[in-house]
Amino acid sequence: MSGFIGDWHALAILFVAGVIPNQIWRMLGLWFGGGIDENSELLVWVRAVATAILAGIIAQIVVQPPGALASVPDWLRYGAVAAGFVAFMLARKSIFAGVIVGEIVMLSGKYWLG
Amino acid sequence: MALPPLDSPQWQTSFRAFLWGARSIGATVLTLVLFATYLGIGALAHDSGFSLGWTLASTAFVWAGPAQIIVITTLGSGATVLQSAIAVTVSAIRLFPMVVSVLPLMRTEDTKRRHLILVAHLTAVTLWVECYRFLPQVPRNRRIAFIHGLGLGLVSVCLIANTIGYTLAANLTPLLAAGMLMLTPLAFLFSTARNCRELADVIALVLGLLLFPLAALLNSGVDILVSGVVAGTIAYGVHRARAGIVRARA
Repeated sequence: MSGFIGDWHALAILFVAGVIPNQIWRMLGLWFGGGIDENSELLVWVRAVATAILAGIIAQIVVQPPGALASVPDWLRYGAVAAGFVAFMLARKSIFAGVIVGEIVMLSGKYWLG
Repeated sequence: MALPPLDSPQWQTSFRAFLWGARSIGATVLTLVLFATYLGIGALAHDSGFSLGWTLASTAFVWAGPAQIIVITTLGSGATVLQSAIAVTVSAIRLFPMVVSVLPLMRTEDTKRRHLILVAHLTAVTLWVECYRFLPQVPRNRRIAFIHGLGLGLVSVCLIANTIGYTLAANLTPLLAAGMLMLTPLAFLFSTARNCRELADVIALVLGLLLFPLAALLNSGVDILVSGVVAGTIAYGVHRARAGIVRARA
């Protein structure tokens, strides 16, 4: 880590790749929001694509894990997600139950493997 | 925690309404989910080689977990700025309907557009959900101040979580660091699953998970966009086909 800010170039990239593409939609909503039907067909498609992109991101972190997560075997990461999902459903869609059970399965599995 | 009744003197000033909003972060379990998510984002940013200042700036100025994770994972794995920007643009479209649906809840006759800029910036899935829950209990002319308090309170919680996650990732044992990185996919998977309103959303989520590993074989640099657009469009097609069947029966 080189300092708190690090490299100014990276901060400029954050604005171009992250801040502007994200904020543009909020500001469009603020400016042109009045006349759009929240349940229009176009927005159903947009929501489906946005959900699938988010699902892709989740899959990417689990399938091609970054940093320390790469030291956990594939089957254990997939198993932890599956166990978390079962807990999520059993606990009447509790996000917390899903996260806790997924974490416990992965951490205890990894600890046990050494 | 209960909010004061609508006619209470507690609502007489905007400042008090702001404080009630900030205090309301303690009244929702979603604050804990956000905390866990941003703990994970802090750890992810650390392991992907970004600075702490960069991470905090992304939380303050982007303020959308999925977009932040897209920027961190795509840039961290060598995508170009343009590829990241396209993926973020598509993922952020969902903010548009959220802003559109939230602003009428707090508009009054005297409200100017500039009064709503900060509310629009603070709008993300958590605030959007909480607006429907809290705002009926807040007098209309104090709602903007209340949401400023609630939104800035949530941002503060996330900045603290980022700092803790980032610092811990640098110092934890590999086991616990792996556990922290795992928080992000788990928290996002289950909060997305919870937000699925229609069959199209469920299909988009499941297909999006399954198609990514296939799209990754293409190694196009925009794998996430490819799998997202394909899975989302199939889900929309199923939605249309079902609507057609329902109409044909009627």
